[in-house]
Amino acid sequence: MIQIPGNDIFIALATWTREIMLSIGLDPAFIEIVMAFIRALLLGTMALLVFMLITWLERKVVARIQDRIGPNLAGPWGLLQPIADGIKAITKEDTTPNGADVTIFNASPIVAGVAALLVYAVIPFGPNPGGECAGAPCGPMAGTEMSIGLFYILAVGAVSLIAVLMAGWSSNNKYALLGSFRAVAELLSYEVPQVLSIAAMVMIAGTMSMTQIVEAQTVPFIFPLFITALVFFISGIAESGRSPFDLVEAESEIVAGYHIEYSGMKFSLFFLGEFVHAFAVCAVVTTVFLNGWQGPVLPPWIWFFIKSFGVFFIMMWIKFTMPRFRIDQLMAFNWKFLVPVSLLNLLVLAVGDTVLKTVGITREASPWVWGMILFAANLVLLFAALWALGRSARKSRLIKRPIVARTDDVKPAPSPVAASN
Amino acid sequence: MTLTHIIFIVFAAITLLSALFCVTTRNMFHAALYLVISLFGVAATFAMLEASFLAAAQLIVYVGAVAILIIFAVMLTRGGAGSLPAERQFNTQAGLAAVVTVVTLFILLRVVPFFNYPVQDAAVPVDILTQLGHALVGDFVLPFEVASVLLLAALIGAIYIARERRKGEVEG
Amino acid sequence: MTIPLSWYLIVAAVLFCIGIYGVLARRNAVGILMGVELMLNAVNINLVAFWRYLNPTDVAGQAFALFVLVVAAAEAVVGLALIISVYRNRTDIDAENINLLKQ
Repeated sequence: MIQIPGNDIFIALATWTREIMLSIGLDPAFIEIVMAFIRALLLGTMALLVFMLITWLERKVVARIQDRIGPNLAGPWGLLQPIADGIKAITKEDTTPNGADVTIFNASPIVAGVAALLVYAVIPFGPNPGGECAGAPCGPMAGTEMSIGLFYILAVGAVSLIAVLMAGWSSNNKYALLGSFRAVAELLSYEVPQVLSIAAMVMIAGTMSMTQIVEAQTVPFIFPLFITALVFFISGIAESGRSPFDLVEAESEIVAGYHIEYSGMKFSLFFLGEFVHAFAVCAVVTTVFLNGWQGPVLPPWIWFFIKSFGVFFIMMWIKFTMPRFRIDQLMAFNWKFLVPVSLLNLLVLAVGDTVLKTVGITREASPWVWGMILFAANLVLLFAALWALGRSARKSRLIKRPIVARTDDVKPAPSPVAASN
Repeated sequence: MTLTHIIFIVFAAITLLSALFCVTTRNMFHAALYLVISLFGVAATFAMLEASFLAAAQLIVYVGAVAILIIFAVMLTRGGAGSLPAERQFNTQAGLAAVVTVVTLFILLRVVPFFNYPVQDAAVPVDILTQLGHALVGDFVLPFEVASVLLLAALIGAIYIARERRKGEVEG
Repeated sequence: MTIPLSWYLIVAAVLFCIGIYGVLARRNAVGILMGVELMLNAVNINLVAFWRYLNPTDVAGQAFALFVLVVAAAEAVVGLALIISVYRNRTDIDAENINLLKQ
């Protein structure tokens, strides 16, 4: 693991802040609390700035994929477009439907937005510098160091489901209610492969703490955990409600689903929740599978953002290339393919890791050999799963449909060629 | 009165007040949401007791599954007798129930908290999570397996009980 | 430890009694179930507080609370399925009116 300066700017800032507070004469315990608040503030601001950047990036990328230019009028290259969007959202009329439950109606976009932001508290942006900053130990470069980091991410994912139900119920609109039922059914279903793939990650890494997972990756875990990464990525796309899984919120389908009655800034908060959740999934994939912040020359947090935006580009690519799934196709894909594949994946990884341990090849001893053997096992399982899927699809495609016989006794009209002969 | 005390009092107040509103409000959907807030408060209490795994598990299982089931049940049984806010929400024994509650509370508060418990001032070991994992498949493997069979039975039972009956099928 | 054990036990006791009131006084069957969930949570708070203050090095306390969580979830699922089945048959989930077996 390579220690590169570039964290030094943050260490210097932390030391300077602490020294100022010490010189005012504050209690050291109180200083820790103030530093924690400052961390939370910085993380929230970073997440929201990234959200602004993502809205612009998404529109530019979709434009280029669809062979057009995208927003280029607001500022150079359209970079001020998010600000224009924000001004539009704030100045729109803020309607409340007749008969709606006003408190819950106003509270649900807030819950949706905040629940997505909570994930960023455990994502590490850089190594733990060790050492001291003005008397207190410098913490890791993350919001906080939790021994249950991955599990915490699952827990806050559960909070956003409540916001969907609140929004659907309080709108006093049967389409909103129906849309929220379907959305919750989809979100609950796609939590199962997400949990199973997190279980596989924790089993291989041996720890739930995100900072320790990054430090354990001498070989990037995308190799031994290839299927796990794919399953987690796909279920992450489904959990944030992006295309091709966005049936429950598409305008042409259920008339925009559970946020049909929201306008202006409240709708922007739902929108924000979805995008922030999507980037959080990318950040988790980067941390657990792609080595996190490790990289040769640049500072660690720049590497983190490069990798996260790369994964986000793949997410956008999938979104703008594939048509959306129907609800029964969504459910069939989840329960008939993703869940069995992730269960088998867990089994194969457990057996493979134990067998390799008895032979003597472990993660600490010879990481690349261990990683590549497990990668080969993953590829075998992936090919077997896709072959089984192909066979069942072929079988259902080749079902001979009975040709219904004609029941009318009309003779066909005589053809003019035969009649003229 | 340190900061820890203040945080504890705030979270305990949130938990108890929202539980109180949950059992006394007339609107069932509001009651379900107050229950969710109360469950959050209980998760915060677990976090203060340094049982972080249990706090996260409480959020995933209760808030993420049981509370959503309860909200679904409230929505699916709308319009039935006893579910509309305009009707009486408390049954004929409500007064007696209140008396029983206060008496129980009095007995509990007199006896339970002021017993002389052998309090140890030790710290939670750092690898409590690893120990929990080993215990669940080591010492406690029998309750673990029985719990998974119980969940399977609950799953199958719930699907069967709440199924739509097709035409001609005998019910029950 | 700054917070004495008795504070946690008081909170658990009050939560338990609120749950008892919910179970005994509510008409709506789902409301009764919410009271049961509150009681189970109060028991869990008690268990975890005793684990932390009396024997924090032994993991059995947390494991016990975890099993209580699992059983409570299973029981809530079956209870709600029963309520939905009763609603389908009678469109009525008022606990006072579900009395067909009464004399």
